[in-house]
Amino acid sequence: MNTFWRTFKVAAWLGWEMDSNWTEPWLFIVYSVVKPVAGAFILVLMYTVFAIIGSRQDPAAFSYMYVGNSFFIFVGSVLFGTFQVIQSDREWYQTIRYVYMAPISYYVYIVGRAVSKIGVAAFAVAITLVFGVYFLGVQVHMTLAAVPLFLAATALGLAVLLAIGICLGGVSFLTAKHTHGLAEGIPGIFYVFCGVLFPLSVLPDWGVAVGRAIPLTYWFDLTRRLLSPTLGVETTLSGYSDLAILALLLVSSVAFFGLSLLIFKTGEYFARKAGKIDMTTSY
Amino acid sequence: MSYAVETRDLSRVFAGKKKRRFRRPKENEEHLGPVTALDGVSIQIREGELFGMLGPNGAGKTTLIKILATLLLPTSGQAFVAGHDVAKDPFPIRQRINMVSGGETSGYGLLTARENVWMFSQFYGVPSKVSKGRIDELMHTFGLWDKRDAKVRMLSTGQRQKMNMIRGFVTDPDILFLDEPTLGLDVNAARVIREYVMNWVRTQGGKTVLLTSHYMAEADQMCDRIAIIDNGKILACDTPENLKRMIRTETTFRLEVDSIRDTTSFTAMAGVKNFSHKDDISKNRSFLTFILEDEGPVAEILSTITSQGKKVHSLQKSEPTLEDVFISMVGRGFE
Repeated sequence: MNTFWRTFKVAAWLGWEMDSNWTEPWLFIVYSVVKPVAGAFILVLMYTVFAIIGSRQDPAAFSYMYVGNSFFIFVGSVLFGTFQVIQSDREWYQTIRYVYMAPISYYVYIVGRAVSKIGVAAFAVAITLVFGVYFLGVQVHMTLAAVPLFLAATALGLAVLLAIGICLGGVSFLTAKHTHGLAEGIPGIFYVFCGVLFPLSVLPDWGVAVGRAIPLTYWFDLTRRLLSPTLGVETTLSGYSDLAILALLLVSSVAFFGLSLLIFKTGEYFARKAGKIDMTTSY
Repeated sequence: MSYAVETRDLSRVFAGKKKRRFRRPKENEEHLGPVTALDGVSIQIREGELFGMLGPNGAGKTTLIKILATLLLPTSGQAFVAGHDVAKDPFPIRQRINMVSGGETSGYGLLTARENVWMFSQFYGVPSKVSKGRIDELMHTFGLWDKRDAKVRMLSTGQRQKMNMIRGFVTDPDILFLDEPTLGLDVNAARVIREYVMNWVRTQGGKTVLLTSHYMAEADQMCDRIAIIDNGKILACDTPENLKRMIRTETTFRLEVDSIRDTTSFTAMAGVKNFSHKDDISKNRSFLTFILEDEGPVAEILSTITSQGKKVHSLQKSEPTLEDVFISMVGRGFE
């Protein structure tokens, strides 16, 4: 346990330094606020286009896509951040051999590195939501009683995201750096099939089936229910209670954690066997 | 007897490149079959020993170190570090080793030199206060004190290399792997590193270093024992003195002559055991080293050179070096 904690602590420190230390502190804070606000304007533009094409305004639909997209910030940031640890340590900093041969858990190291991504993303999500509520009329009415459930759902959703990121990390042990497209393409799939922009009910049956197989769908649905209970958008999960969805999220978190361990260890073994742990691909 | 490092019939074969179905292979790519980097290597390194692995580029030195540092699995055979099998039990090995590779510029550019080294020490569980004390001391020793708070991206290649040396020592490992540690360093920095490593092994007690190098003088000066490796095979393993004694009955001559292309006649010459040939194109000179059974063939060598219209600029009889040992064994120099 001591090894895990030590690894986690140092990796989290390193991750934070890498994410925040690239400029002056004041500029980092300004950037952290301006970036999500700029992202919010993109959502406004998207909604405006939808409204013009559909010839009608639907504030509930805007709130639906706004809340979904706010939380999708976690997906891009955590997935790409987790996947990128191996690639950047290997190709850019060329430190991977020294980190890997240290007496640490490399799995925990990646989790630790990703923690700062979660912190930065959480700040961006909060800024986006606050800006949406106060300046764009986004409907957010979370009750105090819903807070524990919301926190549990967020923790499980982030755990699933980390697990998926580490699965990609396991694959990236064996791949060249140009495959970072994988970490950009997979969030794209989640964006379409997990009810981020539009409810699952607008998808064909096979699309609904794909969406329901991805645990993030449950996370987005539950988060939206708790934050904006008055939206009344049919998402195909209306038949499930909040607790049932949380249970589904818990089961999938555990399953994905196991899967991530398996894929990571397999990728690590084959990389060590093939001599790819510290390869540089020079693409 | 237990060894700090032991390998038994260790081999490592790298798979060749596969043919790409949708891409025309590059000129020499089709011929890239499997590469045998290590071929039945068996060595024993005692605790407290400064052991050298000497060989030309591509001889298998780095592959061996990667296997011992648990970065790479062997294809066959076994390797033990601190009594643990590298393939089956890497974690206890990692607690006791560290590694520094020369000529590379690794490091997190956004961290300072001090932060970089401190961070790695934390991975090894070195108490932060102890670590900071050691870092300051090592920064002074390696001449990096003035750059301690500079971001790594601002450091020169040599300064980064010094920082990595400090990273290697800050965890106070029992076994340290140094892969070409002075590669690309200036003379002074290389000397400081050599002296520090020798002193560390002599004074700390029980510390073991495996040093790879293709600098003969460096290995000769530093190592208690040296293994000579070429094409993945250990050709000889002994103290530097004993290795040189192996060819002491032979005579070594070094010649500097006008650039010479055709050297085939030397190989067939009676009394020439082996020779190597290096060119300095900028000076239009060739440097020939002959390992002779006795001084008999010298006159014939000189006459062969002058008959080609080439001038002999210098002729020197010298004591055998480790490179001469290598030339004597494989019939070519390191470069």
